Amino acid sequence: MTVLFGQLFTGISIGAVLLLIALGLALTFGQMNVINMAHGEFIMAGAYTTYVLQQSITGAGLSLAVALPVAFVVAGTMGVLLEVLLIRRLYARPLDTLLVTWGVSLILQQLARDIFGSPNVQTRAPELLTGNVALPGGLTIANNRLFILALALAAVAALTLALRLTPLGRRIRAVVQNRDLAAVSGIATSRVDRTTFFLGSGLAGLAGVALTLLGPIGPTMGTNLIIDAFLVVVVGGIGQLKGSVIVAFALGVLQATGEYLTTLSVAKVIVFVAIVAFLQWRPQGLFTLRTRSLA
Amino acid sequence: MTAVTPAPPSTAVRPAPAGPVPPGRPAGRSRLRTLAGFAFGAALLFAVAPLVLSDFRLALLAKYLCVAMVAVGIGIAWGRGGMLTLGQGVFFGLGGYAMAMHLKLADAGPGGMPDFMQLYGQLDELPLWWRPFASPWFALPATVLLPMAVAFGLGSLVFRRRVRGAYFAILSQALAAAMVILLIGQQGTTGGTNGLTDIKGFFGYDLDDPVNQRMVYFIIAGTLLALLALTRQLIHSRYGELLVAVRDGEERVRFLGYDPASVKLVAYVVAAGMAGLAGALFVPAVGIISPALIGIVPSIEFVIGVAVGGRATLLGPVLGAVAVAWARTALSERFPGTWTYLQGLLFVVVVAFLPGGLASLWALARRRDVAAQPQRRGRLSLGRRRAERTEVPAA
Amino acid sequence: MSLFRGRRILAGAMTLVAAAAMTACGSKTTDEGGATGVTADVSGDTVKVGLLNSLSGTMAISEVTVRDSIMLAVEEINAAGGVLGKKIQPVGEDGASDWPTFAEKAEKLISEDRVAAVFGCWTSASRKAVKPVFEKNKALLFYPVQYEGLEQSPYIFYTGATTNQQIVPGLDYLKSQGAKSVYLVGSDYVFPRTANKIIKAYATANGMTVLGEDYAPLGSTEFGTIVNKVKSSGADAVFNTLNGDSNVAFFKEYKSAGLSAAAMPVVSVSIAEEEVKGIGTQYLEGQLTAWNYYQTTPGAANSKFVAAYKAKYGADKPTSDPMEAAYVGVHLWKAMVEKAGAFDVEKVRSASDGITFDAPEGLVTVDGKTQHIAKTARIGKIGADGLITEVWNSGKPVAPDPYLKTYPWASGLS
Repeated sequence: MTVLFGQLFTGISIGAVLLLIALGLALTFGQMNVINMAHGEFIMAGAYTTYVLQQSITGAGLSLAVALPVAFVVAGTMGVLLEVLLIRRLYARPLDTLLVTWGVSLILQQLARDIFGSPNVQTRAPELLTGNVALPGGLTIANNRLFILALALAAVAALTLALRLTPLGRRIRAVVQNRDLAAVSGIATSRVDRTTFFLGSGLAGLAGVALTLLGPIGPTMGTNLIIDAFLVVVVGGIGQLKGSVIVAFALGVLQATGEYLTTLSVAKVIVFVAIVAFLQWRPQGLFTLRTRSLA
Repeated sequence: MTAVTPAPPSTAVRPAPAGPVPPGRPAGRSRLRTLAGFAFGAALLFAVAPLVLSDFRLALLAKYLCVAMVAVGIGIAWGRGGMLTLGQGVFFGLGGYAMAMHLKLADAGPGGMPDFMQLYGQLDELPLWWRPFASPWFALPATVLLPMAVAFGLGSLVFRRRVRGAYFAILSQALAAAMVILLIGQQGTTGGTNGLTDIKGFFGYDLDDPVNQRMVYFIIAGTLLALLALTRQLIHSRYGELLVAVRDGEERVRFLGYDPASVKLVAYVVAAGMAGLAGALFVPAVGIISPALIGIVPSIEFVIGVAVGGRATLLGPVLGAVAVAWARTALSERFPGTWTYLQGLLFVVVVAFLPGGLASLWALARRRDVAAQPQRRGRLSLGRRRAERTEVPAA
Repeated sequence: MSLFRGRRILAGAMTLVAAAAMTACGSKTTDEGGATGVTADVSGDTVKVGLLNSLSGTMAISEVTVRDSIMLAVEEINAAGGVLGKKIQPVGEDGASDWPTFAEKAEKLISEDRVAAVFGCWTSASRKAVKPVFEKNKALLFYPVQYEGLEQSPYIFYTGATTNQQIVPGLDYLKSQGAKSVYLVGSDYVFPRTANKIIKAYATANGMTVLGEDYAPLGSTEFGTIVNKVKSSGADAVFNTLNGDSNVAFFKEYKSAGLSAAAMPVVSVSIAEEEVKGIGTQYLEGQLTAWNYYQTTPGAANSKFVAAYKAKYGADKPTSDPMEAAYVGVHLWKAMVEKAGAFDVEKVRSASDGITFDAPEGLVTVDGKTQHIAKTARIGKIGADGLITEVWNSGKPVAPDPYLKTYPWASGLS
């Protein structure tokens, strides 16, 4: 029983990590249709930001708190640069963005290798986040997992509110639903694109900071995460956030259950098969945005 | 709403004349030119390359030509059919493993078991699913038919449900990832991460002998030329026209009474078969097949070669694939520490700023001909692509 | 009406026929002596050697430091006058963490650059990929990493530990500490799977129980489930054969789950000083490792090695076992060549038996029969400063036994 609850929580926390990684993509891919393979490298940028900040800020807790906003801005700025320099030319060719950003991700990885060295680097986590909460029955819940869950949910909430309530959010939604009509109504669509990209990439930076609590910080850390994140957005349905949220947690629990019953490798294959089967059922994802385009 | 604007999409499709006259059939002059082109290519591959290249470089060229075969297939599926398949590594791997399994069993002799099985698998006898591969009459057709069957199965599910564009790309990528994990997990019977290595013989020919390596090169070069001839037939057939039509306006084709799903399926299956054949020939040329060759990264690299060369042309994918593979070798030999910068830069610059690939450079140089050739896509199809963009999230 | 018009299938068919005709130029005769050994080019006043490591891709994390330490050895030898009066000229290639690329680059180093020996490779998969290349060309590879044994190529010198110099001593140590049960965690590839097979055979013979065995795909960074399983198993110790990035995630998870070195020690065989730096002592303090060399290993040879390395690459750069084994490999090759009086591969091989070198890890001796080296096994404990201090050693160099022939319990393994 303990193990069962432990696994359930493991599944939820895998889901939280997936969600945090995929949230940025839900904006750049989901809202703008840009397949940004360099998203993983923006996550890496967030993680290295934490590392750099710890060189000057010694308190682990303080540096983590500072790293969150700084990494958001660093990764967001990288995203805007990418958007302005390359992606803007490619809005008409969404599949080509995949190939171009793949090239960008190769360059960014090598850059990280040359700046920070090939080996992984370490960051110190605040002591509080390396412990766990003991529940009755011998069950423990890791604090870092709770932190990431909270961070992911907070990011979703903030993003949802921003999209619903702010003028910027209204503009973003307008552009997603009907770009031409939005442009005709006086919305500067290219500026909205840039802002959306800043937010999406910034969220990747945020994910990078959180991942320093869980995994390695090295030049290739982003590549392992990116495919799972894309799958979350694809299965969730593009154009809105709630699909990604539900799917992230569902895949997390499925993965954890599969891991427990079989092996990690088999669980991964089960998840892929489940995704293909799901897309048979709902080829446009869990939720689809109604647009008036003729497909 | 660009998708409702009718004019731009149709410009990308060459006007299809009614009646039995095959559209776009090249005129006599162009036919002659094609034959001359083939003769030139054959001379280059069969006479010039073996004379000027060392054994080592010729073996590398053999490897590049295998990649080029995959590229020809991607050219059909993606360039002509609009399906960006990021999982060609799977089909390449299926073909490669089928061939390698046979060669391993042939090396082991009748009743023998491949070396790695005894070492890592602790198996007492050959697993059941390995057994048919002992016969060349099963293994050789399997290198092509197995990938085609998998492509058929997957494709008929996916295209029927109208999964396309980015969805299809990411799904095919996930397929490659799943395949790699599956292979690695079954170490005792698949060789795991090591893959199948140390392949010594090729139907009785000793692969260590440079003369036989040269023979393998000739087989590969010949097969590539044959595939190119086949592809040329295909894209100039009525089917080829239909495929382009599906790419440029799937709904229109459907309204005309065709079934776009079957049209796409054929292209996808053909591309898979070509990748399988390439994988099968890669094995004797390089002597190894491993999960590292079929995962996400190599699958993307296959596509990048095609994009660099020019996706919608006949020769573009071949030249692009060879150029990218050659650049990888040359750059990494010259700049072992920094070559990934140059590789990344190459991808970015060519794909972002030269959407028609290197082939469009050639076309630009002969601007007069451009007007008569389908290469004009790059210029005129903006409206169509706008349409593609908005059509993805449709209900 | 058919959609296809196959009027010129003929052209394709003809090309196929041409290709088939080409096969006629293959030779089916297997002339034994004819398998071409490429001789190294030693005509000038330099001798080329190949350096084959991953400088890009996932394995660059580990392999770049090995390249650095090979370069250090090369420079030392050149400063002391070279080998047989010739300066060593290193030719570097990037294996790019991709096994077929390793094979391609090995072929290039041997047949284009005509190097006298190649130093490098890390993963077993890359070694398996290049092995046929070296055997075909009769060229030499010096392989610097501990590995799963069960291999003995005449053209490879294995300067890292084989299983009886690392895993078996690790198990002996656990047994001496009173561990009755172990949990096995490893990456999903050849080394962990083979190592765990050996561990299970050892456990059966020594009254230990293996409570579980789990593998994570290479590069996997999600260890929630495995740590849950490890924790609920209540094992006395964990034997960890994870590689690379997975270790970081595993130990972070391990600590968050409330497990510690005191409650359930982890013996790792792929975590050296360099990896400790990448994971953080916060998570590793007190955990055990099994190697043949630590930066803290006493001795003048090691002080000199550590000082030279830090002087060249920076004071914050640690030295580790694979780096040391790679460094030793270059020096052993020099000694073999000088004993043979020639760069010729066969002469070097037959001169190899009994060559000794006062290595940073202590005295090592080449066993000409297996082409492995006898080395001292050492168990270490990771300290708060990120360095590993020895808690046990085998006292004398352990003779290599890649097929574990001298261990009765291992009779069913190979």
